[in-house]
Amino acid sequence: MVEKHIKYIISIEKKKDDFASVVMEHLRLNGAYWGLTTLDVLGKLDAVDQDEVVSWIMQCQDQSGGFGGNIGHDPHLLYTLSAIQVLALFDKIDVLDIEKNEDGSFFGDIWGETDTRFSYIAICSLALLQRLDKINVEKAVEYIVNCKNLDGGFGCAPGAESHAGQIFCCVGALAILGSLDHVDKDLLGWWLCERQVKSGGLNGRPEKLPDVCYSWWVLSSLIMIDRVHWIDKKKLVDFILDCQDKEKGGISDRPDDAVDVFHTYFGVAGLSLLEYPGLKAIDPAYALPVDVVNKIFLTT
Amino acid sequence: MKGEEERERIPIKERPEWADVRPVPQDDGPNPVVPIAYTDEFSETMDYFRAVYLADERSPRALHLTKEAILLNSGNYTVWQFRRRILDALNADLHEELQFLDQITRENAKNYQIWHHRRWLAEKLGEHVANKELEFTKEIFCKDPKNYHAWSHRQWVLQALGGWEGELAYCSELIKDDIFNNSAWNQRYFVVSKSPLLGGLEVMRDPEVAYAIEAILTKPENESPWRYLRGLHKNDGNSLANDPRVASVCLDVLAGKTDYVHALNMILDLLCHRHQPSKELKDAVDAVSPDPNLPDAGLAENVCSILKLVDPIRANYWEWRKSTVPAQD
Repeated sequence: MVEKHIKYIISIEKKKDDFASVVMEHLRLNGAYWGLTTLDVLGKLDAVDQDEVVSWIMQCQDQSGGFGGNIGHDPHLLYTLSAIQVLALFDKIDVLDIEKNEDGSFFGDIWGETDTRFSYIAICSLALLQRLDKINVEKAVEYIVNCKNLDGGFGCAPGAESHAGQIFCCVGALAILGSLDHVDKDLLGWWLCERQVKSGGLNGRPEKLPDVCYSWWVLSSLIMIDRVHWIDKKKLVDFILDCQDKEKGGISDRPDDAVDVFHTYFGVAGLSLLEYPGLKAIDPAYALPVDVVNKIFLTT
Repeated sequence: MKGEEERERIPIKERPEWADVRPVPQDDGPNPVVPIAYTDEFSETMDYFRAVYLADERSPRALHLTKEAILLNSGNYTVWQFRRRILDALNADLHEELQFLDQITRENAKNYQIWHHRRWLAEKLGEHVANKELEFTKEIFCKDPKNYHAWSHRQWVLQALGGWEGELAYCSELIKDDIFNNSAWNQRYFVVSKSPLLGGLEVMRDPEVAYAIEAILTKPENESPWRYLRGLHKNDGNSLANDPRVASVCLDVLAGKTDYVHALNMILDLLCHRHQPSKELKDAVDAVSPDPNLPDAGLAENVCSILKLVDPIRANYWEWRKSTVPAQD
């Protein structure tokens, strides 16, 4: 199946007159991250032309230092993280003029932001650029902890329903900041393992349908709090494999649905976390292959 | 896409009001990476958008153009941001804008940019749109009662603009429609703890425990009311153990001999917080044990063993729970 998935990823954006590719146009940088990280986990990052990709990414960078979703688009946190992550895959973070990225007020805004997704993105980006000293870490942690609910989970803002995607963002941010002591691991671990339904797949909230992307959000969270043994790993592996398109490659949200690069990435990343043979190890907090993360933090 | 396109579209280059503008083509560089094959309509619209954007032209025609661009791709956050700048510059009628937003939200109910724009508008319009915003999110919930964006917006509206009066009743309504709607249960908790009209959790606990119990008895396999019950006791095991209604509902569920996983879990929690089980409870646990030859361990350990058998997908979790049962005297 590996060859088929690779073929699928290389071919996706070449489709003509495809509504999906048109509405993807403002988030091409996210799409690049999903596609390229999947290739790296499958051991095939060399299937793309590194120089072409790096040069295109740099064209997405704005004067402020942030990155837009595509050339000509306003800079935004969402795409800035993807840009940094893709550059990390190619070991090219040095092409970034790091000082230029440090616009204090740009990151200062996120504390008023009503979504914990941005906390994770900013913290992850700064960590990869090794510039965490630029933010008030205490305040960052405080905001995230305010979003913690009684069930041990996290929402997008204080009082919001616990949601696996938001939980990943909060737990990931706390993990990167070395502040996981704020998480009740037993309580959250239980909430997370209750996401596994009979089919073996994982949902994101109680009584919702399973979706392959939760194989990442839930699983990486469980790994970060050291509770992944509380789910049935084999059943989850079987569920993810069932979501593959065996003819054309790619992975969908649940069995028999249409595939897309987003779910392909999360399915493969999930399988990597489950130690499926033949895949590179992936870091649960940075969502990048472990060797890429090690290169950043263990050199210099 | 919406009704506007049903009229035959006139290319922008043929519209006299745009004659003075030179469109700016997309520049993907000399070696485009995976270039997208746009339709002519899309390319032309975005070429003209780039022109007004680069010129920072905040005019009525630019405003209209952003609408066309949004209708082609409502996720383009650059276009939305520029639209906001134009709306401010023209001091535009924001009520009209809200109507436009209503239309496209119905078709794109999970789009972050649209909800962000909505919040921006509502914040500017202020308290007098509180009811309208609550009504609109209700409309969204008719089609998707768990839409996370809509719930986030609704919570923001209540806290920033008010309108708490009917909220608890609305939660009851949603729960009546679908007792498994976790978002509705979450909202109920939000109202009970934060509404300035209700007196807070301490005051509301008693009637709400009764409400949760009724829901549990209706569908004991439903995760939500169990979590709600825990939330009412602030997740404090001792508080739960001291509320006789909690043990009582567990007993009732066990007596039904079906869908008792959550009940067993709750019993386990009570036992771990020094709840003294009645004989009835012990008998009820024995009655549901699939394995009649369980070793003569404590009640809590037996409950864990049963859970491992009846909820095997989480066997490792129940095994761990067994290891943390406090020593019995």
